[in-house]
Amino acid sequence: MQTLIENFSERIREAAARRTPLRLRGGGTKDFYGCSLEGELLETGPYRGVVDYEPSELVITARCGTPLAEVERTLDQGGQMLAFEPPHFGERATLGGCIAAGFSGPRRAYAGSARDYILGARLLDGRGQDLRFGGQVMNNVAGFDLSRLVTGSCGSLGLLLDLSLKVLPKPEKELTLSFECTDAQAIERMNQWAGRPLPLSASCYLQGRLHLRLSGAHSAVDAGVVKLGGEQVPDAGDFWRDLREQRLPGFGGTLWRLSVKSSAPPLGLPGSSVIEWGGALRWIATDAPAEQIHAAARNASGTAARFRGGARTEPPFLLTAAILELQRGLKATLDPDSILNPGRLHPQI
Amino acid sequence: MGKIESVTSPEHGHAHEQGPADPALRALLVERLAEVLDAAGLLCEPEELRPYECDGLSAYQCVPLVVALPANEEQVCKCLAVCHELGVPVVARGAGTGLSGGALPHAQGVTLGLSRLSRILEVDPLARTARVQPGVRNLAISEAVAPLGLYYAPDPSSQIACSIGGNIAENSGGVHCLKYGLTVHNVIRLRVATIRGEILELGSDGLDTPGYDLLALMIGSEGLLGVVTEITVRLLPKPECAQVVLAAFASVAEAGAAVAKVIGAGIIPAGLEMMDKLATAAVEQFVHAGYPLDAEAILLCESDGTTEEVAAEIAHVSEVMRASGATQIRTSRDDAERLRFWSGRKAAFPAVGRILPDYYCMDGTIPKRKLADVLMGIAALSRQFGLQCANVFHAGDGNLHPLIMFDANEADQAERAAQFGSRILELCIEAGGTITGEHGVGAEKIGEMCLQFGRGELETFLGVKRTFDAKGLLNPGKAVPTLHRCAEFGAMRVRRGQERFPDLPRF
Repeated sequence: MQTLIENFSERIREAAARRTPLRLRGGGTKDFYGCSLEGELLETGPYRGVVDYEPSELVITARCGTPLAEVERTLDQGGQMLAFEPPHFGERATLGGCIAAGFSGPRRAYAGSARDYILGARLLDGRGQDLRFGGQVMNNVAGFDLSRLVTGSCGSLGLLLDLSLKVLPKPEKELTLSFECTDAQAIERMNQWAGRPLPLSASCYLQGRLHLRLSGAHSAVDAGVVKLGGEQVPDAGDFWRDLREQRLPGFGGTLWRLSVKSSAPPLGLPGSSVIEWGGALRWIATDAPAEQIHAAARNASGTAARFRGGARTEPPFLLTAAILELQRGLKATLDPDSILNPGRLHPQI
Repeated sequence: MGKIESVTSPEHGHAHEQGPADPALRALLVERLAEVLDAAGLLCEPEELRPYECDGLSAYQCVPLVVALPANEEQVCKCLAVCHELGVPVVARGAGTGLSGGALPHAQGVTLGLSRLSRILEVDPLARTARVQPGVRNLAISEAVAPLGLYYAPDPSSQIACSIGGNIAENSGGVHCLKYGLTVHNVIRLRVATIRGEILELGSDGLDTPGYDLLALMIGSEGLLGVVTEITVRLLPKPECAQVVLAAFASVAEAGAAVAKVIGAGIIPAGLEMMDKLATAAVEQFVHAGYPLDAEAILLCESDGTTEEVAAEIAHVSEVMRASGATQIRTSRDDAERLRFWSGRKAAFPAVGRILPDYYCMDGTIPKRKLADVLMGIAALSRQFGLQCANVFHAGDGNLHPLIMFDANEADQAERAAQFGSRILELCIEAGGTITGEHGVGAEKIGEMCLQFGRGELETFLGVKRTFDAKGLLNPGKAVPTLHRCAEFGAMRVRRGQERFPDLPRF
């Protein structure tokens, strides 16, 4: 494996010397995401395998090319899981791609996001230097939090090598309830119920129904059902998986992701909408102009980003001049020759 | 907190190293700050400056050039702009309870105290958020939202006094962070003043923001990247109930194994703490928490949630403890007893302080499986240095707090305590852990940073710092050492595999 790292590092140094971009790629399942895909392909898949996993430590360390499915299988054997429930978007999804994209799934609002669970990252920066940030322990405040910074950076700050993540035990029981209601009622209920001590682990409103998932000890889930009412949905595992993988209706066409205040009323944008994360995540499939979508997000105290489809050359999200300058400065710190996935996250980064 | 006067070195912020202040520059600074602050907001007299000479790590002291106490965000920005223009260092300070000297003043710098920004600006009961100023006390947030059935989860042991702004700087945790996370997991938005005096909005009222995660980068950056002026925190519903299991063990190793078994059984306790015999003996004299005194180690394991959940989890925990060889198991019968069980843990530091006049609290994290080895190593060091050390431990997170006891009035004890502490941190690094779990690097552990990180990582940190603060004015000399500093510490050459003291025995 060290030879592989040296090969990666050599390719990065060469690319830096020639100032020719590299396109870092795990399984390629998220090629749809972000802007520019330019650069010579550097496949990370061969650098794979779980490095360290001890269930009682609640930590797993694996190489970037490890299939996400393999990571999840390994954890499953220890009765544990990636609590941020990441989407795969294809069988070839890798752990490196998962962290580079920084996506989180249905459990996010209740358990936390990809960046909440990352503990450490070993990476090659744009000079090919082998660097280690964070670690394999939970409480760690030594140095700036670079492992969280690289989460969601679309490979633009370094080639992620080994990743350490906090993991959690799988719940004893999961059960899904469904309620017929309007979108406004759904938002109201999701917020009210999240303020009560209930074992919620996912929520979704689509096609006139609110779905709520309860997870935890048998006793807690059963008590939650009594408190909430609604109809129990049999075999709801498929529903949440299909939601996570965006295989349900409402995710077609040009798809926008709006991260807003959870209690914000329905946004009133044209097109179809799916609401997740207790109201804090609104997916909108629409051909409405970008300005209209950004304005709606701003009104809801949040932000919008183009997630899938649309014009890939356009900035997918808005940054103020000051924030853009800082982000470009961070990029220049880790990748001074701008050769690692340049323009993938944003055309100007 | 004891004094370790002998611990002085460059970049620790000591006046003699930083040289005398230029009187003309000081006069100009005072004049310019007086234009932007009200009369109560500028302290210049020696007797006014003295209370700011240290934070919770009182071994490190330095009188600041002046203290600025802005009353609002606009004044914060103007103070920073003045300092930026004049090239004056700025040390932001919350409540001054930090344990790593992060708010230690700079002899030629302004200490920017944020205590007057102490208002809770808005509470949104439906969205479960609170928007607060940085000087608000941690506990005050939970108290303010208690009538809504909500609370702010991170609860550092100093929560009665520490400020939320300081919590952001240090990414503070607390006894409940295994289940509820650190500050970074519970803050969604910040307003931050840059060294140039401009406001940045990081994060949003949503759960994430596109682009690089500057919010996560800012949290725990120890005042090196910006000054927080406003914070939006997430609030959680208060658990219906909580209960604690107290379990006693005949050896530290068995207690450590029990921790692994609890976690391995799929339980995430709300709190899981260990205390060794020396620590329990100290607190028992002090608070009478009812701890068994013959046990080599005790565990406190708290469960919270719905009534049904807690009942099931407590039964499960008790069973695991019994199977792990606990010599005694007690379950809190009511909230009064639960609080009494915790009172000992919470009083551990002051109780240890009653045995000997001074103690030095360390803070390192290790993988839990290395606990017994590291504690044996600490015991050996304790014999070697001739100083007692009590151990309290956030066992669920692997975060150790060895308390080295000494008497600063006795010969070289303070010096020995400092060396002992540094050696404990080396043990933590060797075990695959870190030199600071939750107290921060500050001025205290700047040298040990050179042991944990190599040149490439440190250069990256310094590059991040320059991106936000090109002149290096925000809290200089803290958190991230310069390479020059590491060369002095003499550590660069021994990182990764090589021993710092190859002739000494290791455990």
